[in-house]
Amino acid sequence: MQSNRRALALLLIAGLAGPTACGTSSTPAAKTTEAGKVTIKVSCQPAKSDPRNRKVWDDDVAAFQKLHPNVTVESTDQQPCFDPKTFGPKLAGGQMETVFRVPVTNTQDVISKGQALDISGLTGEVKNFADFSPAVMAPYSAGGKVYGIPTSTYSVGLVYNRKLFTQAGLDPNMPPKTWAEVREAAKKIAGIGAGFVGYGEYSGGNTGGWHFNQAIYGRGGEMVTPDGKQAAFNSPEGKAVLQFLKDLRWSDNSTGTKLLVGWESLMQAMGSGKTGMMLGAPDVVPDLVNKFGGQIADYGIAPFPEAKASLSGGEGFMINPKATPEEAKAGLQWVDFYWTTPGQGAFNYERAKTIGNPVGLPNNSLFGDSPSGKKIAELQKQHATLPVENFSPFVEGSAAVPPKLEPPKAQELYAILDVAMSAVLSRKDADVDKLLTDAESKANAVLAKS
Amino acid sequence: MLIADAGTRRRAHVPSRLGRSIRRNLTAYGFLCAALACFAVFAWYPMVRTFILSFQQTNLIDPPTWVGLDNFRTVVDDPAFGEAWLNTLEFTVLALLCGYVVPFGIAIVLNELRHARAYLRFVVYLPVMLPPIVSVLMFRWFFDPGPGLFNQILGVVGIPPLAWLDSTSTALISLVIVSTWMNLGSGTLIYLAALQNIPGELYEAAELDGAGVWRRIRHVTIPQTKLILLLMLMLQIVATMQVFIEPFMLTLGGPENATLTVAYLMYQYAFVYGGNYGAGGALGLMLMIVLLAFAAVQLRLNRQDRP
Repeated sequence: MQSNRRALALLLIAGLAGPTACGTSSTPAAKTTEAGKVTIKVSCQPAKSDPRNRKVWDDDVAAFQKLHPNVTVESTDQQPCFDPKTFGPKLAGGQMETVFRVPVTNTQDVISKGQALDISGLTGEVKNFADFSPAVMAPYSAGGKVYGIPTSTYSVGLVYNRKLFTQAGLDPNMPPKTWAEVREAAKKIAGIGAGFVGYGEYSGGNTGGWHFNQAIYGRGGEMVTPDGKQAAFNSPEGKAVLQFLKDLRWSDNSTGTKLLVGWESLMQAMGSGKTGMMLGAPDVVPDLVNKFGGQIADYGIAPFPEAKASLSGGEGFMINPKATPEEAKAGLQWVDFYWTTPGQGAFNYERAKTIGNPVGLPNNSLFGDSPSGKKIAELQKQHATLPVENFSPFVEGSAAVPPKLEPPKAQELYAILDVAMSAVLSRKDADVDKLLTDAESKANAVLAKS
Repeated sequence: MLIADAGTRRRAHVPSRLGRSIRRNLTAYGFLCAALACFAVFAWYPMVRTFILSFQQTNLIDPPTWVGLDNFRTVVDDPAFGEAWLNTLEFTVLALLCGYVVPFGIAIVLNELRHARAYLRFVVYLPVMLPPIVSVLMFRWFFDPGPGLFNQILGVVGIPPLAWLDSTSTALISLVIVSTWMNLGSGTLIYLAALQNIPGELYEAAELDGAGVWRRIRHVTIPQTKLILLLMLMLQIVATMQVFIEPFMLTLGGPENATLTVAYLMYQYAFVYGGNYGAGGALGLMLMIVLLAFAAVQLRLNRQDRP
């Protein structure tokens, strides 16, 4: 018996020591080779199932390597480019790309954990870096240092189905401007017939809390106090968010009977063509068309009703903190080449039009009114393939709405607020005041630890 | 001194007990190597790493820092902690009531059948052959509050539709239904095997003594399958307390945290709340300790129960 124990102990020690040793060593994402040659790994190559865009990407990689003969680019095609579930394991396993994508909702978390390289001294590699507005750069900066380069940015609006508006006797060119108008429009759309939903809203999987954040910012409210130590959503604006949904669900019956849990659920509902309106940024539209079977001509985007501010949306790129200065420099040269230069790579609208990609989505506020911004807007207009007139209410109405960052501990707060969102959409007797008070005390407990 | 030297020399020539044991069982150890390596890599090593991780904080870039019991404090102070444990315990009790009794009952019926036995066994086992993800997605449609199968059936018999997954009062029991259906086949098959080992003479003797069906089950079937029943009880408790797929695929813990389980909360710490692997590990360790304690009590009771 004792001998067995000894053998087992030896095995356990061997098991622990071996892999632990492996675990502490890490393979850098890129390799610096002899005579200044450098190899970088970059994310977001289109998948094999999208051969047209993959070929375009590969052509651009070849062109970049020709321009920078000392740099070899290895592409990865994980879809989606950023996935919180694989982010940590990739970092731990030394598989993270030299240049990796991060949505604006995650940038501050990544920075605070030291998972992105300080690139303050290398921003010159991005030629039009000075054209980024401070508001757009804010999510990618901390403590006066720069940690990322934004590649798209947008504010939240009201995505609506123009076809359903017409069917319900509403004018699709005059989308709702106030919450009262949204409620009336929702009632009319739900009245089209069984299975039609006027206004769709999330209630679980952190998406409920996320949309609560969008709604309360839009109404001028706050999620947390300025010092970030206490919850601030138990406010008239927070109550208005929940009461509005409760009224739609239980007084008007215009939100449908099914709880929408997780990102896909509302997208499926909207893509099916039976849901009239939802809160969403412009990037919702291509997803509705490409992934959920929607028709591009059916969708319009209006500004957020009575907007006072907008939760920031968008994406950018960061550099692996394990990258050498040469690799970081090459990585930023790639970002400059493919992701931020008007007329090139992602902004090559002429080529995008040729291969059938949608052009004209209002997500070019990245550079504001700077020369780069103007150039991109001009190219987009010139090669537009989308019905841009359907997005013009959003473009005109959203320009002046100030962007606002997510609160600290955002995902924890979203999980807490999911409860309130699901309560008003699933219980007729839900007490809005009590729900917010409960959520507030839970949020305070979480924030006290930040 | 001389005596001591002689003793040392003798020990040098006589193989130790460990050496003898290894030599005697060398072939067996050889066969065990592959299995032990698999256990070491895929079970023991992750367990040891989780144990270590639960006392550390890491950004997966820099070396981890030791934080003592901070991760445990974070988990215990989380408002969702109590809810997750209560839901998990409720799920376990409900899943046991359904998942323990139903397969045993079905096994008894199948054992008594004289016709179509093979076909019915196949039908009962079929759900186990479906990937869990397929079963869960199928139930998503069954539970749909609009055109879902269950509400259509209720409609046929004049019962108003239920909200199923969308109501705090029915969400957890809906998950229990899914879990019971998915695991029914394995349990039934194991009980059936145990039932077939019961000597037929016992039933004949009971019948001659005038025992009806219920008395035969109570006085023959249950005592004869007691060991399997106890083993299955332990296995089912261990499995159901780790419930994850059902809430992850169907409810994401909602509505109002009514289906938030311990395993799902662990997932949230590690993969939703910005990679708090330490807190996830701490909660995992707590769950493991509870399950180990339960298994130890169960094993001790079993041992005491044996003749």
